[in-house]
Amino acid sequence: MKGITLTVPEGRIVSLIGANGAGKSTTLRAICGLVKPTSGEITYNGKSLVGLPTQDIILEGITMVPEGRRVFPNLTVYENLLLGAYARNDVQGISSDIKRVFELFPRLEERQNQLAGTLSGGEQQMLALGRALMSRPKLLMMDEPSLGLAPLVVKNIFEKIKQIHDEGTTILLIEQNAKAALELSDYAYVLETGKIVLEGTGRELISNSEVKKAYLGEEIIGDF
Amino acid sequence: MTLTEFLQHMANGVSLGSLYALIAIGYTMVYGILRLINFAHGDIFMIAAYVAFFGIGIFSLPWWVSFILAVVITAFIGALIERAGYRPLRNSPRISVLISAIGISFLLENLGLVLFGGRPKAFYRPPVFAQVFLVKGVAVQVLTIYIPLVTIVLLACLLYLVHKTKTGMAMRACSRDFETARLMAINVDRIVSVTFVVGSALAAVGGIMWSLKFPQIHPLMGIFPGLKCFIAAVLGGIGNITGAVIGGFILGILEIMLVAFFPALSGYRDAFAFVILILILLFRPTGILGETMAEKV
Repeated sequence: MKGITLTVPEGRIVSLIGANGAGKSTTLRAICGLVKPTSGEITYNGKSLVGLPTQDIILEGITMVPEGRRVFPNLTVYENLLLGAYARNDVQGISSDIKRVFELFPRLEERQNQLAGTLSGGEQQMLALGRALMSRPKLLMMDEPSLGLAPLVVKNIFEKIKQIHDEGTTILLIEQNAKAALELSDYAYVLETGKIVLEGTGRELISNSEVKKAYLGEEIIGDF
Repeated sequence: MTLTEFLQHMANGVSLGSLYALIAIGYTMVYGILRLINFAHGDIFMIAAYVAFFGIGIFSLPWWVSFILAVVITAFIGALIERAGYRPLRNSPRISVLISAIGISFLLENLGLVLFGGRPKAFYRPPVFAQVFLVKGVAVQVLTIYIPLVTIVLLACLLYLVHKTKTGMAMRACSRDFETARLMAINVDRIVSVTFVVGSALAAVGGIMWSLKFPQIHPLMGIFPGLKCFIAAVLGGIGNITGAVIGGFILGILEIMLVAFFPALSGYRDAFAFVILILILLFRPTGILGETMAEKV
């Protein structure tokens, strides 16, 4: 990473797009404290996050759905959700949040006693998202939620992300599926080999010719 | 061999097997979380025996106070070993941690030789445990009954901890994925410490009961039980708690039966465990209940 500056205003959906290895995941991992930046500032509501252990950052109201979902395969769906609320002690709040997740993803309710490792990819993504919501995040970061999922499932996941956002959660999204991400986002940054090369509102970028060429693949479609 | 004789051997096997099981659990728990064979685990077992010995012999504590104290102190030492010897190497290659474990094992053994002396000491056996009763003409020590009972109770508590409590849930999460566990706001270092405390406490109970059964303690007493329990853990499928218990029982019963049926081979009883290890590694490296073989150490 060579020094990038990005801002996520409260209540917005911001996305980070770019090719593999551009540094998108590293950015999110640095915000969560999973990797320590060698220099630079990360502030959240005016508070510096650099050097804080991950668990304290989560307590600040930030959470991340990691790339590849990373549900705990040896735990049941229900236990995975409970772990999302690990830092909380309000039993009633937790059970009402689990109900809310089940309303959002009825599939998870049907499978609540199943081991998470036996779920399909799409269901695991729902679980990873639901698990992240269990910490009642103010800022929800998602790393490639559409990775490896069928288009129909992706559509469903993006609808849910929009719904979660409408209920008041700020979202920072990383996507290779640039089109879906840009359509959803208020603002977006394009990352290339560790640098921000472009930024703008989702609408601006979606009609930007360079973005079209590099990330939306429209020329390729035009060849047919 | 008569049926009564066979039953007596069986009772002995179960009793030895439950000691193996208690110690094997510590290996398997630590392996499950850190993917580390904690070679110092056998020496933890020895420390518990000495602490209990000194509690009774030097500080004249009642035996049960001394035993409880020994379990608490040993659990603390187990966590201390992790803190000092393994945690600084958390992000190092796995082989470094393994070498550290072997180093700590040697350190404890030699420290034991220096501090306690190499001469074996007689462990005090409270009269409650020395009773013998007769079942159809066969003499049975009460210890032979107590040891498996204690093991079963502790195992039930452990399974409750791991499967029904929040800490246990966090332990299972950590055993699969440290990084995601951190994202759940789990304090991974604390969970690792809890694992060492629990594993060492079980080894301590094992060490005390071992010393009651074979009432002679010395600083190197942990080496063979330690290695055999490691084998028991591998036999059951390392990383799996129930597997470790099954492995411990199988190994204990087989060992006693080997001696019972082939008295001529009794000199090889320690070697026997290693034959089993070689056979498992050749034919079923994942052990009885193991599913996936994580990287070898």
